Amino acid sequence: MKLTQGFRMAFKSVLSNKLRTSLSMLGILIGVATVIALVAMGKGSSNQVEEQVSSLGTNLLSITITGRGTETSLSKDEAMAFADLPNVEGVSPVVSSSLSVKYKTTSTNVTVEGITPEYEDVNDFSVQTGRYIVPIDESNSQKVALIGVSTAEELFGTDDPLGKVILLNGYRFTIVGLLEAKGSSLSGSNDEKVLIPLSTAQRLFKSVGVRTVYVKVTQLDLMNTVVAMLEAKLTEKFRGDTSSYRVFNQQDAMETLNSVNKTMNTMLLYVAAISLIVGGIGIMNIMLVSVTERTREIGIRKSLGAKRRDILFQFLVEAVTISGLGGLLGIGIGYIASIVIGRVMGTHTEVPFNTVMIAFAFSAVVGVVFGIFPANKAARLRPVDALRHD
Amino acid sequence: MTAEASREVLIDIKGVSKSYVMGRETVTVLHQVSLQVHRGDFVAIVGPSGSGKSTLMNVIGCLDTPSEGSYKLDGVEVRGQNDNKLAQIRNSKIGFIFQGFHLLPRLTALENCELPLIYRGLSAKERRERSSNALKQVGLGERMHHRPSELSGGQQQRVAIARALATHPPILLADEPTGALDSKTGQEVLAMIEQLNREGHTIVLITHDMDVAKRAGRTVVIRDGVLSEERGGANEAHTRLPNGVQERLIEQA
Repeated sequence: MKLTQGFRMAFKSVLSNKLRTSLSMLGILIGVATVIALVAMGKGSSNQVEEQVSSLGTNLLSITITGRGTETSLSKDEAMAFADLPNVEGVSPVVSSSLSVKYKTTSTNVTVEGITPEYEDVNDFSVQTGRYIVPIDESNSQKVALIGVSTAEELFGTDDPLGKVILLNGYRFTIVGLLEAKGSSLSGSNDEKVLIPLSTAQRLFKSVGVRTVYVKVTQLDLMNTVVAMLEAKLTEKFRGDTSSYRVFNQQDAMETLNSVNKTMNTMLLYVAAISLIVGGIGIMNIMLVSVTERTREIGIRKSLGAKRRDILFQFLVEAVTISGLGGLLGIGIGYIASIVIGRVMGTHTEVPFNTVMIAFAFSAVVGVVFGIFPANKAARLRPVDALRHD
Repeated sequence: MTAEASREVLIDIKGVSKSYVMGRETVTVLHQVSLQVHRGDFVAIVGPSGSGKSTLMNVIGCLDTPSEGSYKLDGVEVRGQNDNKLAQIRNSKIGFIFQGFHLLPRLTALENCELPLIYRGLSAKERRERSSNALKQVGLGERMHHRPSELSGGQQQRVAIARALATHPPILLADEPTGALDSKTGQEVLAMIEQLNREGHTIVLITHDMDVAKRAGRTVVIRDGVLSEERGGANEAHTRLPNGVQERLIEQA
């Protein structure tokens, strides 16, 4: 008996009992659909994270000072001295705090960062209108501010924010520039931000030194060298207290996230395997019922000359047809679900082609694995007994 | 007798016994049965229920193998063959006509006829051709694409006959072919079987109905697993019964 003939026969039989077929393929369908939707979501969010990380620039390092008190603080000048190290393109020291910003009667919480003019270049974050923080603002501790697009919209609506006066902790700041829209990154939204001169911020936050220093490295492959150098410098500065600072590499962050993603994918694989096994048991159950129900048919076929392998093949193909069809529908539904989820959550989802192939192949394999027992049962029936059955 | 001997022996059963193990007991259903059927014969095997008739049919139809003795079908020894070989023998040597028609309800008449040809491995074109010819032969050329449920009992049995004919088997094995039919359609089916015999088909008919058996050229009677010649034969079925017993048997049958 030929393969195509077998599949035609299986399709006929599978289609002749639509309700049962659709119920028995439900397990596989839901399993595959879940896997596709979840993988798409995971892939989407990891894509998003990658975009965010790379939007910060992969050749950017950040040094975070975690220690407290005067003993373990890094002054602005010390931070700026890092710029003289080899392979360092620029340094941007930052202090930041979460503050309430008020305009007339509207107020909102934002991240206020004290920055130096180098921020524009090092962090690649410029203004779309107005001017940037200039050295004179910094040296005179001017109360000027740059404002992120989201915060501007929240406070001023559609009005031009330039020249408006806002209150930060009760101090009046004049807005001199509107930042470009940059979206979110690892450290939160870049558009809900107010940037002020570093010296002003130190006074406003009543803090000495800087909290974070961004270091832009000239070349990507020199990252590790620069990291080592910075660590040496910092260890010296903090007299061997390595716990009071952290040098953070964007690539490390990416790797960390990737490993999180990997863990999630492994978990997904387990979920998939379990649901497919459950689905497979459902198919096995139905196939066993089907064999019992069609004992007479098996008897007739055998009396007409069907060999064991013909019957085995017939029932195996039926099981694979059910599971494969379930897999295909599951892929379709999972794909639609991933699009819907993407729309609802506002993330970009993506269904990798190899996931689709693996899901389909796996569901077909489930059909074979769980179909072989019922099919073998059918094939081993004695024609005499099978014919007598009713 | 000489004329008979000159013809080819299709079914050659010699001293065949069949016993089943039921729990701890062994039940012997056929006792040392011998039977020869020649090409072109029309033999009826008659017996009441429980006589071993069905078992004999299963053995002749290669659905079951004998426990003892020898059964040569068209020159091939059946005893000791494995399942696959038996399936192949059934497919090529025997056309079954069952009491309950045994058609697959989901398939059309044509597809039912194609089934044994599928297992023979014929191409779709050849299957179609042979099946439609067989259906035309039994007068169902117009109803090829009907399902069994859309056909009357007589028509269903004719589909079954067409299915048996489609493989061009040397033997047609009919098991109570009229059992599920009313007497009028039963007569039609029997007439068709007679016609097939006239056309040269070898027919073995199994029945409990003496009237049906009378249509055959030769009748053998089976009772309690023992075979005896009734009429038309050449005394090859042995196990002589005392006078009078045979008549009673036939009456009961």
